[in-house]
Amino acid sequence: MASILAVDDSASMRQMVSFTLKGAGYTVVEAVDGVDALNKAKTQKFDCVVTDVNMPNKDGITLIRDLRALPNYKFVPMLMLTTESGMDKKQAGKAAGATGWIVKPFNPDQLLKTIKKVLG
Amino acid sequence: MSIDMAQFHQVFFEESFEGLDIMETGLLNLDLGDVDDEDINTIFRAAHSIKGGSGTFGFSAVSDFTHVMETLLDEMRDGRRQVTQPAVDVLLASVDCLKEMLTAIQDEQEVDVASVSEYKKALEVELNGASVETPEAVSTEPAETVDESSSTVQSVDEEGETGWRIAFSPHADLLKTGNDPVRMFRELAVLGELTAKVDFQGVPDFYDLDPEECHLSWDLTIFGDIPASEIDDIFDWVEDDCDLAIQSLKEPGDIENQFTSSAPSTPKDAPSEASIENTSEKKVESIAPPAPVKAKPATAKKEAPKAAAKGSSSIRVDTGKIDTLINMVGELVITQSMLSLVGEHFELNKLDQLKNGLSQLERHTRSLQESVMNIRMLPISFVFSRFPRLVHDLSTKLDKKIELVLVGENTEVDKTVVELLSDPLVHLVRNSLDHGIEMPADRVAAGKPETGTITLEAYHRGGNIVIEVKDDGKGLNKDMLRTKAIEKGLIDEDTILSDKQTYELIFMAGFSTAEQLSDISGRGVGMDVVRRNIQSLGGNIEIISELGKGSTIAIHLPLTLAILDGQSIAVGDERFIIPLGAIIESINIDESMINRVAGRGETFRLRDEYLPIVRMHEIFDVKTAQAKKLTEGLIVVVDGQGMRCGLFIDDLLGQQQVVIKSLEANYRKVEGVSGATILGDGSVALILDIPGLVRLSNQ
Repeated sequence: MASILAVDDSASMRQMVSFTLKGAGYTVVEAVDGVDALNKAKTQKFDCVVTDVNMPNKDGITLIRDLRALPNYKFVPMLMLTTESGMDKKQAGKAAGATGWIVKPFNPDQLLKTIKKVLG
Repeated sequence: MSIDMAQFHQVFFEESFEGLDIMETGLLNLDLGDVDDEDINTIFRAAHSIKGGSGTFGFSAVSDFTHVMETLLDEMRDGRRQVTQPAVDVLLASVDCLKEMLTAIQDEQEVDVASVSEYKKALEVELNGASVETPEAVSTEPAETVDESSSTVQSVDEEGETGWRIAFSPHADLLKTGNDPVRMFRELAVLGELTAKVDFQGVPDFYDLDPEECHLSWDLTIFGDIPASEIDDIFDWVEDDCDLAIQSLKEPGDIENQFTSSAPSTPKDAPSEASIENTSEKKVESIAPPAPVKAKPATAKKEAPKAAAKGSSSIRVDTGKIDTLINMVGELVITQSMLSLVGEHFELNKLDQLKNGLSQLERHTRSLQESVMNIRMLPISFVFSRFPRLVHDLSTKLDKKIELVLVGENTEVDKTVVELLSDPLVHLVRNSLDHGIEMPADRVAAGKPETGTITLEAYHRGGNIVIEVKDDGKGLNKDMLRTKAIEKGLIDEDTILSDKQTYELIFMAGFSTAEQLSDISGRGVGMDVVRRNIQSLGGNIEIISELGKGSTIAIHLPLTLAILDGQSIAVGDERFIIPLGAIIESINIDESMINRVAGRGETFRLRDEYLPIVRMHEIFDVKTAQAKKLTEGLIVVVDGQGMRCGLFIDDLLGQQQVVIKSLEANYRKVEGVSGATILGDGSVALILDIPGLVRLSNQ
């Protein structure tokens, strides 16, 4: 089953994402911010990255840009978790190489549906 | 798939309260003259997280409220709005409001809607009143603005649509965003019967081909009664990375024209005939009827099991501490297996090994105990962190200028102590603010800096943690204290008091020196309550003060309430534990030192002091006591909150750490006893409450 890197500085959101995806059979690794995520992505190849945007240390958009620069992550789907008010964030995310976004607030079903969309 | 969202609530509350603390600290530390972007960003991020979490976990009132805060902060962050004191004050008030809301939700109580909407109104006034541009426009801007370049034809959802024709021409770098046309077609195929014609026209010569780029374009037809929004959803992510034309099959229209006109990047102005010549046809079978997309809104709230929420307190532990613990357990397991190996065929020549193993076991058990206790240790900053706000608010209210200095915030102390310490400290800091620090004018007149300083300091000393509340205010006036105490009938006119005793008058019940009771301190809960609280934690409190220079109140507390270093003693066949910290010395006395006062008991002279003697066997009615004459047994000199006495016992046994078990929970409160413990041989020993014993001896 596909492996997913879930990045969020908020523990509750991270747990929710992780729990939902694990429940659907995916392998999930959690990261608390962009720096943590980048380190983890370098030691293990993930099939998909789901990241929050607003995070300390390294925000989600910079993370996506950095990941895209890695040969291993050129085509890997990367989704950002963003709020409805963050239209400019979506644009910035796309420019950095994000595949798509999941709009907060979302529920587990929406999350799973979107993940299935990119992982098949 | 239904997931019980309630299981994440506790974590959400914890991190939200943490976030609120971060916001509060951040707001208080903002230097209005020179605002640091990162500071605002940190505050914004905290608000943003709370908003995101509360929305996801179904607390819409919280997320609505935070949304307004976030908008305000966002404008500050972007430099569209000046950071002003009124704005900071409104935000601080909003933090309070959020705290109340979250606490209410956590306790499953009604949120005070009226007060919330009041706070919200204040925020909105701040937001709309002073903004350069109308923030309404910013926040209510339609979420989806369709870019001109992607000429999505928004057709109306009409009954009886039979399908869609989609001209889809990805830009070369579409794949580099992780999007995949095949995946999208698969999604489309779920909606209805899909026919895809691919156009190879754009594929360059083999030698010019970049395999990482997309050179194909498609002409898709999908049959079925499909709402436009579902088609849009599928192309939502790639709108800007492709030329796209979507048209209803029912509406006659020239999709090719739209396609080519909106796709100038299509090479060699391919006419439609050419594209058809080069197309291969591929029919994707409809795999399933349209998937039910409408996701149910989170219904977690109703299903929430009560178990998680109430009273369950959790603790955030540094992973390093857990690792140490796991290491210790590993060591313990090794020792255990080694011991069982020794015991399997035990012969006397293995005695050394056995002894070795046992001493290892002892060492490991002790470090395991230390590691476990360590988990309960929290930095004192948990308590200190609320004071910047308190001082800020109160000094504004009192028109005083006060700087708060925090020292030793990382000093660790048991979680229980941390929780119980909060209220007494608030009281002490309030006192310093209200009674200690003078008005700015008075300070200047006294030759002091206009701004007063209150220092909160924590440090370890021995097995204790010491917390000091220090101010450079006017200090305690001994004469005034004395006069007041006489007035209130707490002491007689001719009572002689040392400086220390005079200061301690403020701890007496019914003593308040404030000329008028203010609403800041002196609410009737006096210093006596503070002292009682500290004593109930096994600590004590002392005052050092100098008139005109300031006062320092020091609280001494044991690091933990669960384990105690004790000296076990024997009185007859009973065993008692004296807290090691209370023991000053143990001596044998002879008749010449003893002094009997008729009707007032016995005292003995220790160097230049006369100390009362407490005969343990009499107080606890131990019939088997061996020593009945004072010269036969031992006198242990103990100190209980500054009062000393000598405990008359049979013998000193060993020193050991004991686990405190509550006597009240299992029996009832006994005067002179603070708890009980179970000794190595299984018998129960009472732990002596030294201050209580001293009181008892005075009666």
